[in-house]
Formats: sequence, C-alpha cells, structure tokens
Amino acid sequence: MTARRLWRTLWPPLLVAVAVVAGWQLVAQFAIRDAQVLPEPSQVVSAGWRARGDLWQNTVPTLRETATGFALSFALSWLIATAMDFSDAARRAVYPLLVASQTVPVIAIAPLFVVVFGFQLLPKVLLVALATFFPLAAALAEGFAAADGDAMRLLRSMGASRWQAFVKVRVPGALPFFFTGLRVSITYAIGGAVFAEYAGAEYGLGIYMQRMQGVFRIDLVFAAIVVIAVLSVLLFASTYALERLVTPWRRYEPRRGEG
Amino acid sequence: MTGGAFLLEARALVQQFPRTGQQPLRVLDGIDLAVRPGEFAAIIGPSGSGKSTLFNIIAGLDRPAGGEVRIDGRVATGHNELVSYMPQKDLLFPWRTIQDNAALGLEVQGVSRRAARERVRPLFADFGLDGFERSYPGQLSGGMRQRAALLRTVAMGRPLLLLDEPFGALDSLTRTQMQLWLAGMWQRHGWTVLLVTHDIREAVFLADSVYVFTPRPARLAARIVVSLPRPRTAQTFLLPEFAAREQEVLGALGLPAQEPGRSSTEAP
Repeated sequence: MTARRLWRTLWPPLLVAVAVVAGWQLVAQFAIRDAQVLPEPSQVVSAGWRARGDLWQNTVPTLRETATGFALSFALSWLIATAMDFSDAARRAVYPLLVASQTVPVIAIAPLFVVVFGFQLLPKVLLVALATFFPLAAALAEGFAAADGDAMRLLRSMGASRWQAFVKVRVPGALPFFFTGLRVSITYAIGGAVFAEYAGAEYGLGIYMQRMQGVFRIDLVFAAIVVIAVLSVLLFASTYALERLVTPWRRYEPRRGEG
Repeated sequence: MTGGAFLLEARALVQQFPRTGQQPLRVLDGIDLAVRPGEFAAIIGPSGSGKSTLFNIIAGLDRPAGGEVRIDGRVATGHNELVSYMPQKDLLFPWRTIQDNAALGLEVQGVSRRAARERVRPLFADFGLDGFERSYPGQLSGGMRQRAALLRTVAMGRPLLLLDEPFGALDSLTRTQMQLWLAGMWQRHGWTVLLVTHDIREAVFLADSVYVFTPRPARLAARIVVSLPRPRTAQTFLLPEFAAREQEVLGALGLPAQEPGRSSTEAP
C-alpha cells in the first residue's frame, strides 16, 4: 500500500477518533469532574505512561494466551473443517455442535473453566479457542464447499484423487473465505483471554483491570482498555497483510462479494 | 498405436437420468462415433442435446446406461487415462500462475512441480504465451486464457483431446482468430480432436467430419465429411465448398436454408 492510499484509509477513522476523544475530554473535564467515575483521556495517557512497566508485564501473558489459544483454534478449525468436507456424516455430527459452542457465553463459562483447569495457562487458552473457533471453522467449511463442480470434474478427468483435488483446488479456493472468518474471529481473541483472566490469574490485562478497579485507579483500567483496543486493531490489520502475502493473485481478480 | 484403425470408438451409447415420478430422462439414444488418429471431428447439435453428457462419458467421468467406449482399441467405459478434457469454462485456477496451471495435469499424475514446469515451458512459444509463464490468469485476455487452457489440455500428453465449446464465451472477432490459430496448431501437431460446438461455421472450418445430433434424446442426424483443402486459412471461408458444407449441416439440423455465402454463426 502506498503512503497516499494508507492515508486515505486512515484519515476518516482518525478524525472520528479525535472527535470522540475530544468529546470525552470535555465531558470528563467540565461535566463529570471526578476521575473516579470518568478520568480525562489526558489522565489516562499520563497514568498509563507512568505505569508502563506494569502494563507491559501484564500484556505479555495476555498476548501469550491469545497466541496459544488462537493457534489451537486455527489447528482445530482446519482439522474439523477438513473432516466435514470429506465426510458428510462428520458434517452432520459436528456442525450443530459448532453452532452450539458459539452460543456459550464466555463470561459465564470462564469461572467454570478456571475451577476445572486451574489458574495457569490452560483455561485461558481453551477460552480463547472457544471464542474464536466457530467463525474460522464455519468459514473454512463454507470455502471448501464453494469449489466449482466443473473444476472438480476437470481434476477427476486428469486422474486426481479426492485428496489431490482437495489440496490443489478446494484449499486455495477456500482461502478468501478463511481470511474473512479470521478477521471476525481475531477480534474475539484478546477479549476471550481477558475474560478468562477476570475469572482468575496471576498476571494479565484482565486481572490487572480487576485489581486497579479494586484500588479505584479507574484511569489505569482505561489505560488497560486502550492497550487491549490497540492490540486488537493491530491483529485485525495484520490479517490484511497476511492475506496479501498468502494470496498474491487476488489483486488481479475482479472484485467479488465474498472476501 | 495398437488396436484398430480408430483411436476413439463409441458404440450405441445410451444415457438417461432418473426423474422423480416420471419416466427417466433419456439424453443419448444410441450414439456411434469413430475417430481416426490425427482426425479432427466435431459434434454439433441443438442446445441441451446431450453433447456435454457424451463428453462426460468419453472422458470417463460418467458411466453410460448402455453402450461402450473404446479408446485405442481397449474398453475405456467409466475410466480414462487416454483422454484429455478441456471444459467449456477455461477453469484456469486464479491462484496458480499460467505455467503452474499448465503443469497441473502432470502434477496430478505424480510429476514434481519443478519437473512439470520444465515440461510445459517449451510449449509456451507455440501457444503464443511466451513471457506470460509467471502471470496469473486474472492478468490475461479471454483469448489468451483459452490458449492457456488448451496448453494445459495438450500438456497432459494424452492421445485424444476433447474440446467442449472452447471458444463459446469469446467475442466473435477473438473467436475467429482462435479458430484460425487452432487450425494452424492442429496442422503442425497432428492432434486427434473431438470438438463440441454450437457454431456451424466453426465445425465446418475446423473438422474433417461433423456429427450432427438431433434434439433430445440425441441421435445421429448425419455425419458430414468435410474435405476442404488443408491447411485451412482465412481463405477457406470463401470457398464455395465451405458454403455448401455449411448448408448441408444446416439442413441436417433441420434449419431453413440461408442464401449461400451468408454467415450462419449462431450466437453462443
């Protein structure tokens, strides 16, 4: 992306963000005037900067949980979507459960996971995987199934096995779907980790927010929220970079609806 | 080449598809074909007359309800190692470069991607695709995409080429260019080709023999031998015999005859 195009993409949301922050500043400074209720953005930034060591110390575990959980979710979604593509019985057996898994509220199940799996990494990883798994698996399964029937016949006429046709046609054809699913699911990833920490952890942004709330440092709660938001946006943006890297041919395709 | 004088023999092919609550839909009703090595044969018929159904049987993708396909003398009904199939849509995969699209058939047969690329690369100049080896299909024009799809078909190295309306989606000018080009390529390479087309002009211009199908269920209405001189060029269109064969095909299709010399190209 050229600098010019980057700027064209960025200035409208930046403008809105500046307006929101300015409004927040005005409301906090002149209407509420109580940092325990709503700190000013400037207070959030300066408090966050002073507490940068603590924030960093608590960001690293959250990122580790997010990455591990997402890796698990990624591997599982490919495995299960592949199984569903090869076997109709597997599809019928698994798909309703996938949908059900998505309706489980993470807030409600987080304490349960901590009770069962302890205070360490495992319950957080499982919660991140639970929160992100469905959009990935559903997008992949749909992408595999979207393969052109004539293309499959062509492969068969060449003598391709079911597996060859899968690897050479269905997988690359599903990648645009996959990246759409990835963008949906990655926005849940950090949130899932934070919820899990809320329910019990030693370090992490979730438990940090809870502690700061306990000592009435609302400014630092907001600072942690800012860190979470920035990380989520960065992860989201990185999916576009990854997509360009993995599917370089797409810039030559006419624009279509699905991606 | 072992086994008889014909590379492809189809005998009494019947195909029908079940319908709920009705008689099965009969699509092919006793089709006979015989194509010699190096012959260019064309099939023409009304829309929905089962031409693609026939191709699927010859390509080994579907089993017929009756009859038999022999390729190179051996029974080849329901399987296929000797036929290379070019479908209606070019079906170039957008994620593969042109050379990797062309190499796909060889890859599927177990040739490594590198070796497959080495084998298809010498064909690019001949197909007018020199310099586009690393382009993606999205970067090519319609005519180039069809040439690339044909290259992929030829690169399989199988003795019989099945071309299913390869130029049907092209504009009329590009289509004529492609027909002239294909006539030249056939002349140089001596392929055995079975072409399905909607285009009378295309069938007569390219083929040695034209099989005319009836509307569904398809039977053979006529087999018309086209003995126009080879090589065929743009001049061929002007020959009186060209117009005469066109009229003959039109007649076999049961269409009202036109003034000789008028174009009878059907819209796709």
